[in-house]
Amino acid sequence: MTGAEIVVRSLIEEGVEHLFGYPGGAVLHIYDAIHQQDELQHILVRHEQAATHAADGYARSTGKPGVVLVTSGPGATNAVTGIATAYMDSIPMVVLTGQVPLHLIGNDAFQEVDSVGITRPVVKHNFLVEDINDLASTIKKAFYVATTGRPGPVVVDIPKDITGQKAEFSYPRDIKLRSYNPVVEVESAQLKKAYELILEAKKPMIYTGGGVILSNASAELIKFTQLLGSPITNTLMGLGAYPANEKQFVGMLGMHGTYEANMSMHHCDVLIAIGARFDDRVTGNLEKFCPDARIVHVDIDPASISKNVKVDVAIVGDVKEVVTELNKLIEASDQRLESAALTSWWQQIEEWRAQDCLKFNRDTGSIKPQFVVEQLHEVTKGNAFVTSDVGQHQMFAAQYYGFNKPRRWINSGGLGTMGFGLPAAMGVQLAHPDEQVACITGEGSIQMCIQELATCTQYGLPVKIINLNNGFLGMVRQWQEFFYEKRYASSYMESLPDFVALAEAYGHVGIRVTKPEDVRQAIEDAYGKYKDRTVFIDFIIDREENVYPMIPAGAGLNEMILV
Amino acid sequence: MNEHIISLLLENESGALSRVAGLFSARAYNIESLSVAPTDDETMSRMTIVTSGTDEIVDQIRKQLNKLVDVVQLVDLTESEHIERELMLAKVEAVGDARDEVKRLVDIFNGRVVDVTDTTYTVEITDTRDKLDSFLTSLSSIKIHEVVRSGAIGISSGEKILAV
Repeated sequence: MTGAEIVVRSLIEEGVEHLFGYPGGAVLHIYDAIHQQDELQHILVRHEQAATHAADGYARSTGKPGVVLVTSGPGATNAVTGIATAYMDSIPMVVLTGQVPLHLIGNDAFQEVDSVGITRPVVKHNFLVEDINDLASTIKKAFYVATTGRPGPVVVDIPKDITGQKAEFSYPRDIKLRSYNPVVEVESAQLKKAYELILEAKKPMIYTGGGVILSNASAELIKFTQLLGSPITNTLMGLGAYPANEKQFVGMLGMHGTYEANMSMHHCDVLIAIGARFDDRVTGNLEKFCPDARIVHVDIDPASISKNVKVDVAIVGDVKEVVTELNKLIEASDQRLESAALTSWWQQIEEWRAQDCLKFNRDTGSIKPQFVVEQLHEVTKGNAFVTSDVGQHQMFAAQYYGFNKPRRWINSGGLGTMGFGLPAAMGVQLAHPDEQVACITGEGSIQMCIQELATCTQYGLPVKIINLNNGFLGMVRQWQEFFYEKRYASSYMESLPDFVALAEAYGHVGIRVTKPEDVRQAIEDAYGKYKDRTVFIDFIIDREENVYPMIPAGAGLNEMILV
Repeated sequence: MNEHIISLLLENESGALSRVAGLFSARAYNIESLSVAPTDDETMSRMTIVTSGTDEIVDQIRKQLNKLVDVVQLVDLTESEHIERELMLAKVEAVGDARDEVKRLVDIFNGRVVDVTDTTYTVEITDTRDKLDSFLTSLSSIKIHEVVRSGAIGISSGEKILAV
C-alpha cells in the first residue's frame, strides 16, 4: 500500500467520515488516494483556516475529533489560526499537513515551512513522520493524544515522498506512550474532603466550564446541582451544560455575565468549580475574586489547578467520573446543605435576579440585536445549534439564546477568533444534516471567512447566517466609547458589500431586514420556506447598542456596569 | 523567589528540546541554565534545568513540563537531598604574580590548569554553581578573558532513582 493509501485507510480505521481540507503539491498523493475510495468524504473548503474551523465545529457538536488535511507551506500556516482556536478551547482535532520531501527539508524548498515548529506552541502535540513504517502508528498516536485526557489539536506533518513510498499496512489496535498517561485515578480522599467542604456551605455556588461539555457530564452535573439545591453559573464555554431555562441557573458569569451570576460568585462562601479554568474574562480582578469563598476545583488537567486562583480542595480527574462519585457520596448520606441558610441565600439571589440585568429598550423603532437572538430562540424553540464569531453578537448570543442542551453553543471562547462562525456552522451542519443550524455573526466577523459561502453552495449546507449588522466593529466601538472618549479608531466598517446580493451571487437566499416587525418573519422563512437553502439574513440593527452588564478591566465581579 | 533544579527524562525525539525551551519562553518562566545529553538508554535524554520563581510559579513549571508529551519523568531535585555539579572552563590572565596566585586558587578549588600559554591559564573546575561563582569572585583583580560553564546537572542522593 502507498503511504497515501495508508493515510486514508488509517483515517477510515479511526471512523473518520468527513475530512476538511484543501489540496496542494505536497498532498497530491493523498488526494489521489481519497479520490479512489468512497468511505471517507472530503469537504473542500475555500481557505485552510476554514478547514480547521469546520473540523472544530464538527468536533464540538459531536464530541468526535475533527480531521483536517492541508498542504505544506501556506496550507499549514493558514491552518494555524484554527489550530490555535481549537487548542485554547481544548477541542480534539487531528491536522495532517503535507511537507516537502524529506531530502528537501531545511532547504528552503518551494512551499516549505517548519510546520512542526510553527504549530508547536498551539498544539497538544505534533509529529513529523520520517519513515513510512511509522506512518500508521503515528496517526494512531495522534488520535489517541488528541482525544484523551484534556483534549486538543495534534498535527502530523507528512513529507510528500513518504506518501509515494510503499509499505505493509497494519493499523495498531491500541497504542501506549510511556510519556503520556491520560488516565487519572480519582483520589477518594480528595472526593471526601470536597464533599465535606461542600456540605459546610451556607452560600454555595457552582461554576462550570467547557470541561463539563467535553466530558459529556451534563446529566451528572444536573443531578449534582439539584441534589445540592445550589445556584449554578456556566462560563461562555460551558453554556448548555446546565439548562438555561431551569431556575437554579443564574446565567453566564464574567465580563458580560449576569448581575445575579457575578454577585453570587462574589458573595458565595463555597465555590465549586468544575471543568473551568478561572480565565481572566471570568474572574475579573483576581485580588477581588470570591473574597469569602473556600474553593473546590475539579479538572482533568493538573496544570489548571491553582494556576490563577489558589484552591482549597483540588480533584484531578475526568469531570464525569468525579461528579458521578460526588453524587454517590451525597446520595449515600442523609446530610444536606443547611436549609435555612440556603433559603436566605436564594432570597438574596432572587433580589439580584430582580434587577433584570438583561432588559433592553424594545421601543426604539430600530432592531435590537438582543431581540433578534430572542426571536431566533423562539423560532428554533431553543434547539438550534448556534455558532458565533467574536464580538458583541457573540455576547448577545450567549446572553439571550438560552441554551438548554450541551454542544449546541459553538464559539471561540479562548482565542476569540473572528471568522470562526460560518465554517464552524458548516462542520456542525455536516455532522447533523437534519438539525437547525444558525451562525450568529456581525458584518465585521463574517467577512473574515465569507468565501465559505461557496463551500455551502457546493455541499448544499442549509446554515442560516444571522448577520447583526451595525456597521461597526461593535465590541471595539463599545470599548472606544467607554474608555477612549468615543474616538472610533478604525472600528467603522466602511464600504460594506451588499450582503443580500453577495449571498445571491453564491446561489443562496439573501434577506435584508430593517424593521423590528419584520425580524420574526425573516427567521421563520429561513427555517420554513427556505429550510433547505443557505440563507443570509442581513439585520440592520441599532448602530450603537452596547453589551451589558460589563465588568471593566481591573474591576471585581461585584463592580458591574449595568444598563 | 527560590532556585530549583528540575531534572527530566525526555524522549530522544527531534524537537523535544524545543518543546521544553518553547514552554519556558512562551510562559515567561525563568531559565538560568539548561543542559541536555543522552543517557545509558539511547531512547531518552536527561535534561537539567535550573529555574527560579515563587512556589506557585515553580509548581506551574513542573506541571506544565509534565504535560509535555515528550517528558517521561520529572523530579525537582531541590525538594530533597541531591548532588549538583557544573563544569567550568575559564581562561584567565596569568602574568607576573598572577601566575602563582591563579595556580593557588585553582588548587584550593580542586581544579586544574588544562592549558598554558605565556600569558594565560585555562582552568577547569567542577563543583556546585556556588563554588564556581566563588572561584570567579576570588580571582578579584586578575583579568578573566573567557568563561564557559556547562550549566548544572544533578542527581538525587541515596537510593532514589529517576528512571522508567
